[in-house]
Amino acid sequence: MGSTFLRASTTLSRRAVLLAALAAGLGAGLHGTAEAAAKTTLTLGMSVEPPGLDPTVAAPVAVGQVTWQNVYEGLVTINEKGEIKPQLAESWTISDDGLTYTFKLKTGVTFHDGEVFDSTAAKFTLDRARGPESTNGQKRFFQAIDTAETPDATTLVLKLKARNSSLLYWLGWPASVMVAPKNAADAKTNPIGTGPFKFVSWTKGDRVELAANPNYWDKSVKVKLEKVVFRFVADAQAQAAALKSGDIDAIPEFAAPELIEDLKGDSKLATVIGNTELKVVAGMNSAKKPFDDKRVRQALMMAVDRKTLVEGAWSGFGTPIGSHYTPNDRGYVDLTGVHPYDPEKAKALLAEAGYGSGLTFTIKAPQMAYAQRSSQMLQAMFAEIGVTLNIETTEFPAKWVADVFKGSNYDMTIVAHAEPMDIDIYARDPYYFNYKNPAFNDVLKKVEETTDPAAQEKLYGDAQKILAEDVPALYLFVMPKLGVWNKNLTGLWEHEPIPSNVLTNVSWTQ
Amino acid sequence: MILLLIARRFLGLLLTLLIVSVLIFVVMDLLPGDPASVMLGTSATPETLAALQRQLGLDQPLAVRYVTWALAALKGDLGTSYTYGVPVAGLVGERLAVTVPLSLLAVALSIIIAIPLGVISAGRRNSLVDYGASVLSQVFIAVPGFWVGLLLVMLFSVTLGWMPAGGFPGWNAGLWPALKALILPAVALALPQAGVLTRVTRTAVLEVMNEDFVRTARSKGLSEKTALWVHAVPNALVPVVTILGLQFTFLIAGAVLVENVFNLPGLGRLAYQALTQRDIIVMQNVILFFSGLVIIMNFLVDLAYLAIDPRLRAGVR
Repeated sequence: MGSTFLRASTTLSRRAVLLAALAAGLGAGLHGTAEAAAKTTLTLGMSVEPPGLDPTVAAPVAVGQVTWQNVYEGLVTINEKGEIKPQLAESWTISDDGLTYTFKLKTGVTFHDGEVFDSTAAKFTLDRARGPESTNGQKRFFQAIDTAETPDATTLVLKLKARNSSLLYWLGWPASVMVAPKNAADAKTNPIGTGPFKFVSWTKGDRVELAANPNYWDKSVKVKLEKVVFRFVADAQAQAAALKSGDIDAIPEFAAPELIEDLKGDSKLATVIGNTELKVVAGMNSAKKPFDDKRVRQALMMAVDRKTLVEGAWSGFGTPIGSHYTPNDRGYVDLTGVHPYDPEKAKALLAEAGYGSGLTFTIKAPQMAYAQRSSQMLQAMFAEIGVTLNIETTEFPAKWVADVFKGSNYDMTIVAHAEPMDIDIYARDPYYFNYKNPAFNDVLKKVEETTDPAAQEKLYGDAQKILAEDVPALYLFVMPKLGVWNKNLTGLWEHEPIPSNVLTNVSWTQ
Repeated sequence: MILLLIARRFLGLLLTLLIVSVLIFVVMDLLPGDPASVMLGTSATPETLAALQRQLGLDQPLAVRYVTWALAALKGDLGTSYTYGVPVAGLVGERLAVTVPLSLLAVALSIIIAIPLGVISAGRRNSLVDYGASVLSQVFIAVPGFWVGLLLVMLFSVTLGWMPAGGFPGWNAGLWPALKALILPAVALALPQAGVLTRVTRTAVLEVMNEDFVRTARSKGLSEKTALWVHAVPNALVPVVTILGLQFTFLIAGAVLVENVFNLPGLGRLAYQALTQRDIIVMQNVILFFSGLVIIMNFLVDLAYLAIDPRLRAGVR
């Protein structure tokens, strides 16, 4: 680490010489690695420790945030703009009927353990992900695939059961990365991929260490970092302290917006506020009275002043949304004006629905700060239109999944949906909203059948509009990506079209 | 007699562990949520969930799972973590290397602070020193350990840059870096304990000071200091040791919070993570370990009585 030493030597002027000398002496003695000016080590902080390091067998986003694009790569990748780009497949063709995908694979690619990446490895990966014993959280991605064939070592042919225009995009996800066949069974604790960094060690509860892969296949990329340490720090105060003391160089998703102002005041740190894919929505149980009445849901939406809610719940960081879609996503339409804040109209609508004398229900809010604070804001706003909201705290994820998600035992709840482009959840059945709209399902079906990007974007626009009108959930805001890192670091993503920490182009300017 | 005592304690230990282990299994099973759905998230298909549950053995009835675990545990196999997928023994072992030194350091610190402070304020009752110690110990008790932790980090890590702000480099990074990472958390843990211990020591010493044998010692012409340290203090130790033993339990509870503030990969954090992920196997082992530790500590306290008080020794012989 050597950070104590570095800190002492770079901020010497600010401190008594004696003190600095002492700290430097200690630092050098302690850490054993006194680093010179050009730093090649990065210590990156995350709030959540991944439960395993194989993104193809566990769904939590933290898994991909350590490994995706660093250790593991896919046939295709998704860049900072959310676009699909070639990776281990250098090109592909899609048959006119949209049912046959032929991938031309890169040659000369090896996994970190020396295994060759070829069509056999690719077929192995996809068959493992869609097979009967698969524990891939996104197995649904691969269900359109009928067969995977390997006519030669550099060609992979996927035959589909039906058109599926999202398949390529999905193949870019962490859940679709290419795994080394011999290693796959142990990948959870010893991940081996083709990426620019190799797995070194995992001290559970504390850190994961990666080192640069000297044999990285993509010679057009110059990886500058030699060593990367992911450290897991749950407490926001501890995160802030570690950033300020220099123990941690970067926290791409800082946990506490209320501490951002304080960190902005630190001259050696940069705060970069971007967008994530995390849509904070207050889902309602449409199978249950009074939420089966669209007017009630619309009235509740109109009781919400999104801007004030973001101010109160997340210190003003975050972008209000009017549907289940973020400004990062292609085909985004701003629909916050469909049911704008209008308490008078909300009251009238409630009265029309038969709840003029008031309404009482409960929100099951997970323990996370954003959910608790948003619920309190909702409580105050609903009170304005004569609605009493009780807040019941639930434990996320375990209890929430059992009780709300699977059990549908709730009136209203609030969570941040993390998956990019997941507007299709409203067409899933069963799904905890219990929202059923054949017109909406039709639009999404058309999206899958269309290959023309412009037509798709228009269809996604239609889908957003249906949700904004029907309000199966109160659409509140997109979580900001509160990036805080050392001013001398470059190359970290500002926005996050997919949960990740891509370190390929990260380097120190001094 | 001592052997009988040890045998009885050991039997008690086994029985307690058995009861605790059954309780944990049942309670964890009653909690809503299961490790498979925590792992697979909200997009998983029912077949995927079923496949993972099968792989983890979660499709078996609770009783079968318990017996399988217990039989393996008797053979020394503590099971495999549902979430991490590695043997629990190693997982717990890694964490012990943090929590045990942390607790011992905290106990040592609280003794070093509390005993002299308590004895001196008893020796100079109602002096300025006594009042000072009294206020100080009140503050130690009143202020929660995790908050002290935050303040310590702000001063020593953020402002002065002397200490790491959290985390643990591991013992193979060297003795000093590892110890250094434990100092602030140990102080945060020790202060509330020291507060209680100071007050107990002061009261115990004061009581003994009024006893006949101390008066005799004084009248023999011994100095106030000798009467205090040689005659009063050793006789005041029994209640002090009792409290120390009790505090060990609080120390473990406090470690969960302090480990979080300092981001130390200790047992407390492991237990917390295991709970949120419904990792019954890990929970089971960590809680059993804690229970065993408390029972053993109580036993050690009993033994300490024997060492301190010759009258008790005569009784058991």
